[in-house]
Amino acid sequence: MLNYLWGGMILVAVVYGAVTGNIKEVGNAALDSSKDAVELCITMLGVMALWTGMMKIAEVSGLTKKFLRLARPVLRFLFPEIPAESKANDYIASNMLANLLGLGWAATPFGLKAMEELQKIHMAQGGKKGVASRAMCTFLIINISSLQLIPVNIIAYRSQYGSVNPAEIVGPAMIATLASTLAAVVFVKVTGRKEKRR
Amino acid sequence: MGFLVYLSDFCIPLLLFYMISYGMATKTDSYGAFVEGAKDGFKVTFGILPTLIGLMTAVGMLRASGFLELLAGWLAPIAKVLLFPAELVPLVVVKLFSSSAATGLVLDIFKEYGPDSYLGKVTSLICSSTETVFYTMSVYFMAVGVKKTRHTLAGALIATATGVTVSTILGGLL
Repeated sequence: MLNYLWGGMILVAVVYGAVTGNIKEVGNAALDSSKDAVELCITMLGVMALWTGMMKIAEVSGLTKKFLRLARPVLRFLFPEIPAESKANDYIASNMLANLLGLGWAATPFGLKAMEELQKIHMAQGGKKGVASRAMCTFLIINISSLQLIPVNIIAYRSQYGSVNPAEIVGPAMIATLASTLAAVVFVKVTGRKEKRR
Repeated sequence: MGFLVYLSDFCIPLLLFYMISYGMATKTDSYGAFVEGAKDGFKVTFGILPTLIGLMTAVGMLRASGFLELLAGWLAPIAKVLLFPAELVPLVVVKLFSSSAATGLVLDIFKEYGPDSYLGKVTSLICSSTETVFYTMSVYFMAVGVKKTRHTLAGALIATATGVTVSTILGGLL
């Protein structure tokens, strides 16, 4: 998908630039933008390394484990179908923690493991193959609703482009992300109730 | 809004304070762990550099050709009905499919209008409160061979719409 999106952008830029007489600017932009990307990475390197370093402290000191325990009641509320002893609980909690702290790339491996466990539960409970279980739908909807508390990337991008206060958006972002997650939870609970009635 | 700005200012320092003090209380070799973990940050950042170069180049070219303005002009009537800034419509649409392509657009908006402008703030909030709907669904469901995704898409789109709406309102208040 990205193949066509990316290629399409460049093709459109060249054609439209030629038509509007901006072709020189298009050429310059290509060279400048690639340089911008490297500069941005240098800025991001600092913020990212600081963050992953702090996360390692949380992991080694047992803070991460503490969070996983705290998340249990929340998981039971969202996923009543998952047995308490299932490993899916830990994977889902780890996935959520990584997302909360703005480490999306670290969240995916846990998320995929969680899906595998959910599939096992689904099969054990006599579910159909190829059809998503209720827990899978819930997990993905909550995941896509974005649980980010500290948008690390956005803060880095903002500081690169000269924001006076790059972290200014953290508070409002929490409200926005809380609202989207709340909408997701309500949706999941309402559809869950409808299903039970049937 | 005073409280939100206050929260923003305190959030990161407090989180760092909590992590370090927890590390000290549990007699963890915090500094050693930090250095070890910071190395991972290098791997991650350099890992995304190639995609970033590719996408920023494509978006930069598109901006320079004048096509993004044309697109915003086309979308303006729809955006007006929704009380949503037309310049950000491409971002919201692209974000449904690809996070890295959306990043290219975000950086372009920051460069063009500034991160502290109204558009810059709304952009920051949208990115913090939405996820790539179709990408995430395809990766996660593909991993377990699920084809019938039932109500997932509807729920994901409702959550995304809520995030975008709240972001637009809050961005105007900031």
